[in-house]
Amino acid sequence: MELAYGHPKSLKPIQTKYCPGCGHGVIHRLVAEVVDEMGLQERSIILNPVGCAIWADLYFDFDSVQPAHGRTPAAATGIKRMLPDHLVICYQGDGDLAAIGTAEAVHAANRGEKFTTIFVNNAIYGMTGGQMAPTTLVGQKATTAPYGRDPIEAGMGYPIRVCELLATLGGTKYLARGSVDTAVNVRKTKQYIKKAFEAQMRGEGFSMVEVLSPCPTNWQMSPPEAAEWVGQSMAAFYPLGEIKNTLEEAKR
Amino acid sequence: MAEDKRLMKGNEAIGEAAVRAGCRAYFGYPITPQNELTAYMAKNMLDKKRTFIQAESEVSAINMVYGAAATGARTMTSSSSPGLSLKQEGISYACGADLPLVIVNVQRSGPGLGGISPGQSDYFQSTRGGGHGDYYHLVLAPKSVQEAADLTYEAFDLADRWRMPVMILADGLIGQMMEGVVLPPARDLAALPRKPWAVGRQADSHRPINHVTSINLVPDELEAANRKRFARYDEIKQAEVRFEEVNTEKAELVFVAYGTSSRVCLGALEMAKKAGVELGLFRPISLWPFPEKRVAELAAKGKKFLAVEMSMGQMVEDVRLAANGKTEVGFYGRCGGNIPSEEEVFAEAMRLVGTKSGK
Repeated sequence: MELAYGHPKSLKPIQTKYCPGCGHGVIHRLVAEVVDEMGLQERSIILNPVGCAIWADLYFDFDSVQPAHGRTPAAATGIKRMLPDHLVICYQGDGDLAAIGTAEAVHAANRGEKFTTIFVNNAIYGMTGGQMAPTTLVGQKATTAPYGRDPIEAGMGYPIRVCELLATLGGTKYLARGSVDTAVNVRKTKQYIKKAFEAQMRGEGFSMVEVLSPCPTNWQMSPPEAAEWVGQSMAAFYPLGEIKNTLEEAKR
Repeated sequence: MAEDKRLMKGNEAIGEAAVRAGCRAYFGYPITPQNELTAYMAKNMLDKKRTFIQAESEVSAINMVYGAAATGARTMTSSSSPGLSLKQEGISYACGADLPLVIVNVQRSGPGLGGISPGQSDYFQSTRGGGHGDYYHLVLAPKSVQEAADLTYEAFDLADRWRMPVMILADGLIGQMMEGVVLPPARDLAALPRKPWAVGRQADSHRPINHVTSINLVPDELEAANRKRFARYDEIKQAEVRFEEVNTEKAELVFVAYGTSSRVCLGALEMAKKAGVELGLFRPISLWPFPEKRVAELAAKGKKFLAVEMSMGQMVEDVRLAANGKTEVGFYGRCGGNIPSEEEVFAEAMRLVGTKSGK
């Protein structure tokens, strides 16, 4: 009998350390499914970032490189330039990409580095225990924003829309924002990831898929509440969809 | 084959040696006094269809090197003192992940922005592991354009052999001056060492997956990894100590100096000879590992030392540690971008010889 639905080969069949309701597990699975569908398991390299997803190298069943916090796109640049026929996946959280590693992300994108960033935006620092992230929403509470993010009085600044920020750069070819709050959005996110990986393998320039992802533990919500908050609060500020698509196929 | 001899700037000779050693990727950021090196790599790497990137920062450059090294490619970055401070995070990670790569520091004067004239005040940073954690890496100090080329060429082999970063610790004078240099032959890229631990090309062999990482949250495992690395450091201390000696047998007082300072001391040796005094020079070439055994032997023979540096006194601490109280260790240094003159070094040596020998 044909197997209609099974565990992806590129993802090890083990339980993850991620908290109940965390989005990383779903996002890992989507990445692994696309890698399998493209037949790239032995030609893929993931960069596991500092943050919760540092555990990614335990779960993906392909090569990995772990760089310093935020330097992920710089290391991905070095890897992809040496192995241009490999699928290089730069997996980053919001702290890694939009705070400590902003310069690396912006310049790798601007150079049009031909790897794909999977940007997991959960609006909080997970690994370190719930501090304010660059993408924390205005009014959202964090251990370092105990009264909620206050851009003006407390000078905490505003949440950064990374896709829109990068969209102005010539090197970026495909920037999409998905979400893993509902089954429909999960499926759409997988399509974005596949489009980005295919564009990378065609050598089309920088691609990124941002994924709005729940963090029930640090949001102090139940998993269903957290998924709902992604759809209602996060998606209201971070619009879903393809933010920029200048791929060759889109021009046709 | 006729030897390939040219007149080159130190910075350019380092670049050419790296190209010939099989450097496949260079990443750098502009900083004086090493800019000719980055420009040389831009032209020559791009001409050879190799990778050159002017990074957005020193921080990014060392992490690009980290990524390229993880794939097993020979790779290099270069900078000068303030830029090396920025690279320390990446160097710590590279040491923790056991990655072979080459770093060139064309030292200037500090601290802070300091000046752009030559300095030797990054000795502590280079030899003590300037970043966080327990680690060391090889540090080689050239005295001439020729030696800068030779050591750079060899640094790639040493990095691969020991799986660690190798630093060329030059200074602004060596980087900027022109001398004759005999260039080494270009390495065959296809014949470079295989690296079974590297990421990529898994499809060729269907080997188990590889991870390049420095994280380990299990204390006993991390301690075991660190102890294993330190066992390798002990092997390196046996195998890779390098130094040069001039007239140390006859001399009562021996200069200890590396790089540019050692050349000044050679001038002082000549002045001493004319004055009928025998002085010697002990020149460490490997700063880590420091030639501590040989310094201890000379100390046991009763030689006095005078460490000469373009700093307020950094290497002198290693000389004192090696001498272990068995002899006198003097220090003469200039800093701020100044280079000591032969006359002042000679005068200081004569003062030390005179005061203690009663002449």
